[in-house]
Amino acid sequence: MSCPEKYIAYMHDFLDEDISDESEQELREHLQTCPACEQHFKELKKAIAFVQSTAHIKAPDHFTAGIMANLPKENKKIEVNRWLKNHPFLSAASLFLLLMAGSLFTSWNQDEQFSFSKQPNLIVENDTVIVPEGEVVTGDIVVRNGKLQIEGEVQGDVTVINGEKYLASAGNVTGEISEVDELFEWIWYQIKTVTKKTFNINEDSEQSLQY
Amino acid sequence: METIVISRIKQVLKGDQNAYGEIVELYKDKIFQLCFRMLGNRHEAEDVAQEAFIRAYINIHGFNQNKKFSSWIYRIATNLCIDRIRKKKPDYFLDAEVPGTEGLTMYSQIASETDLPEDKLVRLELQENVQREISKLPEKYRAVIVLKYIEELSLNEISEILDLPLGTVKTRMHRGRETLRQRLKNL
Repeated sequence: MSCPEKYIAYMHDFLDEDISDESEQELREHLQTCPACEQHFKELKKAIAFVQSTAHIKAPDHFTAGIMANLPKENKKIEVNRWLKNHPFLSAASLFLLLMAGSLFTSWNQDEQFSFSKQPNLIVENDTVIVPEGEVVTGDIVVRNGKLQIEGEVQGDVTVINGEKYLASAGNVTGEISEVDELFEWIWYQIKTVTKKTFNINEDSEQSLQY
Repeated sequence: METIVISRIKQVLKGDQNAYGEIVELYKDKIFQLCFRMLGNRHEAEDVAQEAFIRAYINIHGFNQNKKFSSWIYRIATNLCIDRIRKKKPDYFLDAEVPGTEGLTMYSQIASETDLPEDKLVRLELQENVQREISKLPEKYRAVIVLKYIEELSLNEISEILDLPLGTVKTRMHRGRETLRQRLKNL
């Protein structure tokens, strides 16, 4: 080709969309008079069109899954957080259970004091609650961390938590007698009480007197 | 799109792997396409494209959020492709896919029982030839040609991706175009 090299350079500048107006004008004029350069320019454009015409292809299926499976293991904390976000009900339930259990253990540990249901005609000697002989106690008796000695009559349920119960031969209890000692029983007892309280809000609740 | 990507990257930086899946979804076709045109083989392209995304994830802390994520991932993928081309030994398997085709293996070249429609066959053949010529280009020309004419990126982006001065990108582009012109003019 006898034409100056600059025309080829102009062609590429044109294809790069980086050509001055003067150069573009010069190139156009030259192409009109030079079939060889015109042919060259056409071939360049044709090559580009061919490259652009290659069908656009998409990534294969499971491409993303393949990557995700090969990523280094993520932080445990994030995993737990996401699980919690995705299972709000279970999270709330487990949080509730956790707090409940916590409060139960706390009340178990804190209820070291001696306490009992306040009823008229009960006699208290140190940590022993006595239902005196010949007396009739109407209502339930609950004694915590202490002894209960029944010589008279109790018209109601008797519960001894973490303590001892002594029923004299003359003593009489019309309701149920229960002793709670172990932690498990204590929890069961709590649940029962809470349930009862929840469902019979109007009933008299246990009045306790603490030393 | 870049703002979505930035927020996803922030989540990824906090350790949320699922957010990275969304980034992959956004760029997978472009990156796979780049790798396929660079390597001319689907299996290798998938392999390299996945590796590019995994590397990007591992090095996400080093990503400068003021820059375009697309340029960054293109850069990782292009470099991996160039490495792969340099290591590649010419080898041919019958069950390897024919370059430039989807799902067409050498087996189908030997004898095909169901004939493809004539025009489709011609088109496939043409694409195959073009891809073969792209694959024959020296990798430094191949990268600029693929980034420019298949990924449709600007010269400035290409210069950023390849970490080359704009002038060098232009020179390679010119040489790549001239080489393709020579080889494709008789198609």
